[in-house]
Amino acid sequence: NKVELPPPPECVCVKLSGPASLPAEDISTNSNGPKQDSLFDDDPEDLFAEATEEVSLDSPERDVLLSDGPSPAITPITPPCSLITPHIDMFTHCSFDEIEEEEGGDSFDMHISVSDPEKVGDGMNAYMAYKVSTKTSMSLFRSQDFSVKRRFSDFLGLHSKLASKYLHIGYIVPPAPEKSIVGMTKVKVGKEDQSSNEFVEKRRSALERYLMRTVKHPTLLKDPDVLQFLESSELPRAVSTQALSSAGILRMVNKAAEAVNKMTIKMNESDAWFEEKQQHFDNLDLQLRKLHASVESLVCHRRELSVNTALFAKSAAMLGNSEDHTALSRALSQLAEVEEKIDQLHQDQANADFYCFSELLGDYVRLITAVKGVFDHRMKTWQKWQDGQILLQKKREAEAKLQFNNKPEKLQQAKDEMRELEGKVQQGERDFELISKTIRKEVSRFEKERVKDFKTIIIKYLESLVQTQQKVKNIIIIIFSISY
Amino acid sequence: MMQEGLDDGPDFLSEEDRGPRAVNVDLQTDATLQVDISDALSERDKVKFTVHTKSTLPNFKQNEFSVVRQHEEFIWLHDSFVENEEYAGYIIPPAPPRPDFDASREKLQKLGEGEGSMTKEEFTKMKQELEAEYLAIFKKTVAMHEVFLCRVAAHPVLRKDLNFHVFLEYNQDLSVRGKNKKEKLEDFFKNVVKSADGVLVAGVKDVDDFFEHEKTFLLEYHNRVKDASAKSDRMIRSHKNAADDINRIASSLYTLGTQDSTDLCKFFLKVSELFEKTRKIESRVAADEDLKLADLLKYYLRESQAAKDLLYRRSRALVDYENANKALDKARAKNRDVLQAETSQQLCCHKFEKISESAKQELIDFKTRRVAAFRKNLVELAELELKHAKGNLQLLQSCLVVLKGNT
Repeated sequence: NKVELPPPPECVCVKLSGPASLPAEDISTNSNGPKQDSLFDDDPEDLFAEATEEVSLDSPERDVLLSDGPSPAITPITPPCSLITPHIDMFTHCSFDEIEEEEGGDSFDMHISVSDPEKVGDGMNAYMAYKVSTKTSMSLFRSQDFSVKRRFSDFLGLHSKLASKYLHIGYIVPPAPEKSIVGMTKVKVGKEDQSSNEFVEKRRSALERYLMRTVKHPTLLKDPDVLQFLESSELPRAVSTQALSSAGILRMVNKAAEAVNKMTIKMNESDAWFEEKQQHFDNLDLQLRKLHASVESLVCHRRELSVNTALFAKSAAMLGNSEDHTALSRALSQLAEVEEKIDQLHQDQANADFYCFSELLGDYVRLITAVKGVFDHRMKTWQKWQDGQILLQKKREAEAKLQFNNKPEKLQQAKDEMRELEGKVQQGERDFELISKTIRKEVSRFEKERVKDFKTIIIKYLESLVQTQQKVKNIIIIIFSISY
Repeated sequence: MMQEGLDDGPDFLSEEDRGPRAVNVDLQTDATLQVDISDALSERDKVKFTVHTKSTLPNFKQNEFSVVRQHEEFIWLHDSFVENEEYAGYIIPPAPPRPDFDASREKLQKLGEGEGSMTKEEFTKMKQELEAEYLAIFKKTVAMHEVFLCRVAAHPVLRKDLNFHVFLEYNQDLSVRGKNKKEKLEDFFKNVVKSADGVLVAGVKDVDDFFEHEKTFLLEYHNRVKDASAKSDRMIRSHKNAADDINRIASSLYTLGTQDSTDLCKFFLKVSELFEKTRKIESRVAADEDLKLADLLKYYLRESQAAKDLLYRRSRALVDYENANKALDKARAKNRDVLQAETSQQLCCHKFEKISESAKQELIDFKTRRVAAFRKNLVELAELELKHAKGNLQLLQSCLVVLKGNT
């Protein structure tokens, strides 16, 4: 009475698509095409998305982050004044979670897959080319089903461009996958073994998740760099990828954090929301890292268990061979067979653990670093505004002195300088309020995504555990029924 | 009282009274002499076993009595059997291994040192784990000492041994000291000589088919059991490591659950609970494998060695017999010391035949015991693994239902 064993669970790739899976964001797709949309959007934020070049020209990290490759020129758009007058009420009691729900428009319908890793070239100059295929019905794109070939440094290049444009104004830009010299060298050298195959698969999966996260962000989706990345058959080579690697970017983010710590004037957080969220993300960071470490350890031990079970199976088979009592001999051989099958299951289980759960945790550890970076940028923005205000105050005092001393030429100059400064201070305040508003929105979106991601992945993980357990059970039943 | 059956392994979760475990041997209960270890106490360096005897034999002053013995005294008893020429023809029940709590103690110490780096719940949990592990090792060592005594008590000849009776009855310290350095060195040389001799002796082809077959069989069997035992230990250790990881994951998820402000908190808490439960099952799986498989293999490793020793003694006696024959022929040829040679030869012959006769029976019994023990343990192991797999499956499935329902 043979029991059919179901096939082993395949590696689970996170497919994040379909309208039901996302909150309704405003991704209005006018037939005018991507760029012109922004001016007619109901959502004022998008205006500023295009105008980032203007906002913080003297941020030191920015210079390094800017890629050498050509980026489409962005014309600073001066927003009409009525839209930017800060409304203090907005921040204090409005719940941003509600704002997004009602913004209708097209629901998100896009699926990106990264596939067909192909080695191009030989020796140390070799690289892996991946096929990036997009299927979508959104009118943002020129066609509904298209694909391009990209290499890893292209992804890094994309991320660096996005980071340089959006990180410092409060958008949580998903980090790109990590570079790995060891992993890549094995591939380059042509080592065709299981570990290098695993590496390629791990990377492919990570790249896919990265792209999906990026396009699910309503603002990033419309960014011309993203569109170019997905659609253009040729992409200018991203240079100096060391600076562009996500590790490099994270280093920049950490530097910002250090600068914040060194701030002489400690920011007086009048907004409890930010304080609470900062704490929340700090805790989350700690816990996720711990969890990630434990899951990786589990993966390692399960692999070890699989190896040891296989060794034991062989040993038990040998023992069965020497046993001269026929029934016992047969029983021992069966034991060996069971153990071998269970060994295979443990292997599958280790894969499920890894690709499913561990990678998700790794992604979120990196994402949270980006979130913390964004919070730090807000503090820097505040710092700038405060610095401006202090300077303005000094100038006012100097002007008063000049007036008192009656020096008309210098007075005029001082008045001009002050006017300019006032403008800057106002801008500083606007920037601060803008980044605060953006962050609130981003965090709300991020948290929603996080909840969804974790629920989906954990359920998938548990389902795979169920499958494994069922197989183990079936194997034991089979062996049990034919045993003496 | 000696219990044949086996309870469900050491239960980490409860403080149930341990019953004696005749795990690895299939012994006949005999009312005339029953031995068990009714109690044991673990002190810093040593373990004190309370050996409890019930007997209707006239040799003893009372029908029921107890004494306290330590590990060294078991070893003394075992060695006295081995050194006794009278018992050359029997498989001497293997000595129980020394109680070894070092690894466990080290872990407890490390835990104490690392107390600051983990939450209170984690610490309590790990402490409970380690204490359970300590308890399990303790129970095992008690069982192994008990099995030794039961084997002796079940053996028709060894049970009558005087030293054994003294061991059981004499309620003072036997003043058996451990071997000092000189004696250990002597032992070492003896072993070297013995193994060299064993090689020589093994080369002698036996006329008797039965023994020739047994020799080949035991040699191969012993090596393979050794290998299987080592591999099963490694496998079980990996299993335990994986269970520990799941424990840590459960703790992390719990913390995440209590800290999270979103929907996820309930989710995390439920999953944490699930992992706690599955971890317990995984630990049980590892523990059952340990008991039914690893211990079984270890025991038969020692027994097969004892059987090999028996064959060695027989071969030795055979060689002596043949040498005595040759000496007799020479003596007869030279017509000198013939009587001496004759007596010597007769002694050797008698010794050899006596050993051969009892060895045959011993080896047959060994096989019977072995088959029965393996059968019992493998069946029980399969039953337990099935039970755990079902339990695990049920937990996972019911948790999934809850989680999916909430999303």
